[in-house]
Amino acid sequence: MTGLINANPTVYERKERRPRTVPSFTNEDEYSPEAIDQLEVFDILFYFLIIQFNVNKYPEHPYSLEELKVITEDAVEVNDKNSHVRVTFTPTVEHCSMATIIGLCIRVKLLRSLPSRFKVDITVAPGTHATEAAVNKQLNDKERVAAALENPNLVEMVDQCLAPSYD
Amino acid sequence: MAKPNSWPSHIETFVDLSRPPNEQIASRDAIASLLKNDLLTFQALVKEMSLYLTTTDHIIRGRGILLLGEVLTSLATKPLDNTTVHTLVLFFTDKLADWQALLHGGLIGCLALLRRKSNVGKVTGSDARSLVRSYMDNIQVQSLGKHDRKLCFEILDCLLNHHQDVAATLGDDFISGICEAIDGEKDPQCLMLTFHLVADIARIFPDPFGPLAGEVENPKIWPKNRTTRLVQSRYECTMSLLPSFLYCFIGLMCDISLNLVQPNDDFDVKRDDLSKVLMLVFASTPLFEPFVIPMLLDKLSSSLPLAKVDSLKYLGNCSLKYGADVMAKHAKSIWSSLKEAIFASEQESLLSRISESPDAMTLPDNEIAKEALLCLQKFILQEDGLFLGLILEDQDIELILISAASFKNFKTISVENRQKLYALGHMLSASAKVSVACSNKMFQHFFPRLMGTLGLSKKCSTLGCDDSSITSENLNFGALYLCIELLAACRGLALSSEELHSISVEESWCCLVKKISGSLSEVFQYILVTSTTQEVCEADIHCGVKGLQILATYPRRVSPISESIFENVLTIFVSILAAGCGETLLWKLTLKALMDIGAFLENFHVSEKALSYMTIVVEKVVSFISRDNSAMPLPLQLEAVSGIGTAGLNFMLRATQGLEAAISANFFEASVNGNFKSGETLIHLLECFSNKVLPWFAKSGGFEDVAMRFSANIWDQIESNNSFNISDQGKELLDKMMESMKQAVAGCSNGNQGLIVEKAYNILLSSTQFPRKDSLLFSDSMKLEELQVDQSLNTLSCKDKWIIYLFASVIIALRREIHVPNVRIILNLFMNLLLSGHAPVAQALGSMINKLPSTKSNVDTSCACNLEEAMDVVLKMGLSSTSPLRRHRVVDGDHEAVDKPQSVGVCEFVQSKAMVGLAWIGKGLVMRGSEKMKDVVMIFLRCLLSSSKLKTLPSQQDTLQECKEQEIHPLVMRSAADAFNVLLSDSDVCLNKRFHATMKPLYKQRFFSSMMPILLTSIKESDSSMTRSMLYRAFGNVVSNTPLPAVVTEAKTLVRETAIQCLVAMSGLPHTRIFPMRTKVLQAISKSLDDPKRTVRHEAVRCLQAWASISSRSVNF
Repeated sequence: MTGLINANPTVYERKERRPRTVPSFTNEDEYSPEAIDQLEVFDILFYFLIIQFNVNKYPEHPYSLEELKVITEDAVEVNDKNSHVRVTFTPTVEHCSMATIIGLCIRVKLLRSLPSRFKVDITVAPGTHATEAAVNKQLNDKERVAAALENPNLVEMVDQCLAPSYD
Repeated sequence: MAKPNSWPSHIETFVDLSRPPNEQIASRDAIASLLKNDLLTFQALVKEMSLYLTTTDHIIRGRGILLLGEVLTSLATKPLDNTTVHTLVLFFTDKLADWQALLHGGLIGCLALLRRKSNVGKVTGSDARSLVRSYMDNIQVQSLGKHDRKLCFEILDCLLNHHQDVAATLGDDFISGICEAIDGEKDPQCLMLTFHLVADIARIFPDPFGPLAGEVENPKIWPKNRTTRLVQSRYECTMSLLPSFLYCFIGLMCDISLNLVQPNDDFDVKRDDLSKVLMLVFASTPLFEPFVIPMLLDKLSSSLPLAKVDSLKYLGNCSLKYGADVMAKHAKSIWSSLKEAIFASEQESLLSRISESPDAMTLPDNEIAKEALLCLQKFILQEDGLFLGLILEDQDIELILISAASFKNFKTISVENRQKLYALGHMLSASAKVSVACSNKMFQHFFPRLMGTLGLSKKCSTLGCDDSSITSENLNFGALYLCIELLAACRGLALSSEELHSISVEESWCCLVKKISGSLSEVFQYILVTSTTQEVCEADIHCGVKGLQILATYPRRVSPISESIFENVLTIFVSILAAGCGETLLWKLTLKALMDIGAFLENFHVSEKALSYMTIVVEKVVSFISRDNSAMPLPLQLEAVSGIGTAGLNFMLRATQGLEAAISANFFEASVNGNFKSGETLIHLLECFSNKVLPWFAKSGGFEDVAMRFSANIWDQIESNNSFNISDQGKELLDKMMESMKQAVAGCSNGNQGLIVEKAYNILLSSTQFPRKDSLLFSDSMKLEELQVDQSLNTLSCKDKWIIYLFASVIIALRREIHVPNVRIILNLFMNLLLSGHAPVAQALGSMINKLPSTKSNVDTSCACNLEEAMDVVLKMGLSSTSPLRRHRVVDGDHEAVDKPQSVGVCEFVQSKAMVGLAWIGKGLVMRGSEKMKDVVMIFLRCLLSSSKLKTLPSQQDTLQECKEQEIHPLVMRSAADAFNVLLSDSDVCLNKRFHATMKPLYKQRFFSSMMPILLTSIKESDSSMTRSMLYRAFGNVVSNTPLPAVVTEAKTLVRETAIQCLVAMSGLPHTRIFPMRTKVLQAISKSLDDPKRTVRHEAVRCLQAWASISSRSVNF
């Protein structure tokens, strides 16, 4: 891959994180469940998003995905009761070749971090990518995701992208 | 309920395949109920349906017929007139030919008709005949589906059972038709039906010249399908003329043995059921004999163990059914097959058997050989003359006998020959066991010969036995072994018929055995005697011991040996025991044999012999321990005594008497004269008494007397011996004595427990060495304030220590209902002793507190005491002692005092002992679920938290004040932390079920859930590392002693989070150590991903990643 696909991306200011109240250990709190919500899922992704998207291999953007507004908090929909999560991300340009790999990273990260009961849908924001339908189909097809994760090169790439997010 | 005039719509609904099945069923039921209630007649129904029944659309026609058939099925109990039945039969008979319209409906209709009983309109004979004709002409059973095949077989079955007369006249074609139908059937459920069919046919056509015989002898259908070909190739069946279905069944039998027919779990047809029913089929008629027997014999040579076992079972069963005459011609081949099976299948188990276990004469653990021997017994039972003749004249047996005779020593016999020998032994034993006549023949044939080999035959003839002439020449392992097998078999036979008195002494085997028994027993004795001086192989020892044992345990009437020989045998056994200087095989076998003989005498009430057993064996063995017998180690002596005792109540009573005398004597020696060796002996004696004797009595009855005598004896001795001094081994001896005392008291009844405690209390009081006895006595009237720790109690004389400790053991073992005299005095005394670290006293106090009534009893109020009052005493004294201000001189009761580090002050030492003591009291309270436990636990907590601020204990404010002024020594804190372990762990020595403790259900769980918050907040608020580490210690003690489910449900967010963090930390341990746990951890953690708390989930993600990445970088964990 030579040359930058999007040489001059718009960089947004990082949004201030909404602080979560520190849980206290009083007795009434102890047994009240804390549902998995939008903020939590975004948190899961956040640590991954603020990492520069592997500067060495893909030097196109020394910015985090959040700064590029690839994913925003609002783009995450969570329904804990129905065990459903939907993540919509926005590639920087219409023909961004990274769209599928970003989507795969999001999927793997959620796969490892959410209880198995959750169904995760990952879509490209409507009208933001040239091959939107194809990318969506690829990201939400179990067979194809599984096949992709059997490809050692892909797995290595995904792991490299995600590794720092666990620390 | 359907309206009468709307019923045609039901027909439409049923016939219309597009309707849902439940609607169809409902409409069918509606029509059936109309017919049942006479709102509709069959004629009307058929008339209405005529279009459906005759249409050219096969599917609709099929549905119509099915409707009619199913309606008919549900009207099985409705009377129908003959014309209707006749018409219906004609109709369905006709429909059997209508293959295009699916036979299903027709078959259902036919079956329903044939099943009708005569009281509701039965199918007439001629109708049935025409139905069968049509069936035979039109139906190719094996081309149908499984359910239809089942229906077909049911029709045949129904015909054979309900219309026997018709079936009987049908003749050859019918039989061959059935044969054709069942040819090649593989479905387990249908197979069960076909098996019944064949058994029925055999019943209906028993005539040896009838149609079945004709079919069997001259089959019209030749084996042609897959199964039969398979059978031919797989099992090399060589029979060519075989009715096809038999061929099939044989194939099936093979398949069943091979587990190839896999019964479906949906139907309750198991492999064993199939196999059993097939066995009945084969045995159903002697007509099958020419085919079945050769086939079974053929299959015996198969290499499949299961097939072998099956065919042996079949063979045995068939022989019983076919009768002796039919089987006679196969006898030779059967015998050689059985012989082969027995000789071939002995291989694995026998050698280990004879060298390891003394029960060498039982049947081998080998299925095939076992089955073969059973089969042999069946044959012999049926026609003993013929079969026994074959055995007696067999050349192979002859060869084995010859070869056995040529080898003197067990070691010179090759492994192969040994196996043959053992197999022969089993065969002879099995045959001799069948009946008295058999054993006569076996004995007449083999016994003289074996005696000849042993060189005893001359003595046989000249009655008078020459004692000195037994030499090693007489030893021949093979012959001896076979002798023993025969003798054991006859003994078994005699024992089993002992009740019936059916065996006469005149029987020839009896005479033979009687004649030879003298010299035979001498041979056995010779082996045993030589084995004590020189090397004799194990097999010979087994032989010698077993032989004598068998001779000695014949039932009285047929006993071959005289009283004197019996006594001789016992004497020899006992002398072997007495000479035993190690755990040799001979010694063990001898003891076992003696125990068996004793048990035999006890079970069969052989009184005269029991008497000599008592004088020769029991007395002698008991004398081992009563005299100083240095030749034999004490543990062996005790093993012998307790072993012999277990043979019977009388023997045990005598053995116990000896044991008690020995205990008594040694106790005296040890306590008065300070004899060290007696003390050692006494430890072993008490161990034997409490581990073997008491449990035996508890199981077999008579416990009370023994236990009472023991405790009374010990207390008497303590009371009467003024100079009481036990030397160095005192502690171990005292422990053993306390254990025995506790066990004895615990098993006694309430009344006896009361007597013991009374006696012990009196001795305690009368013990002159107690200082301030008077004040103790008057302490009833003391106010709580006057209670104080009596320092002079800290030094105890040896006797006082024994008295107090044994008294404590009595208290520990009491039942709840037993009233302890003068509870207050004892409480006061115990509290004083507890503070100087006497652990048993603390345990006794705990037990007392555990069992005290919670309300004051009405009787005897002066010295009775309830829990409340007792706890007042305890707390007052306990608190005052744990206060750091108190300082006093202590000399500890236990030796541990000597080991205490110099830096530790006396006061700390007292306090730490007090903690341990209080822990036992606390345990008693926790177990009964008393609220008072809080007071005790607070003492521990106060101790633990003394260096940090304590807020939450308002009730203890005043004492707390004192605490704060002084630092509490780490030793004391540690004792307090460990007290939690005592509180919750299960103890062997006291406060358990055995010692009648009061136990509230789930007391551990309750304690856990009430303690956890306090401990956790304390840990969180503590600022000194010492305090925190001690609190963690206490925390650990509580958690590890609580049942896991309780801990898990109580696990708070913090706990879960911390646990997961620990797991993350562990993932850094060496790979080889943690890898085996990986899957388990991952499974557990993936559940935590769904934890209700966010922080836990967050940790779980990290943990999952850490553990997943320790092996491959796989995302699919």
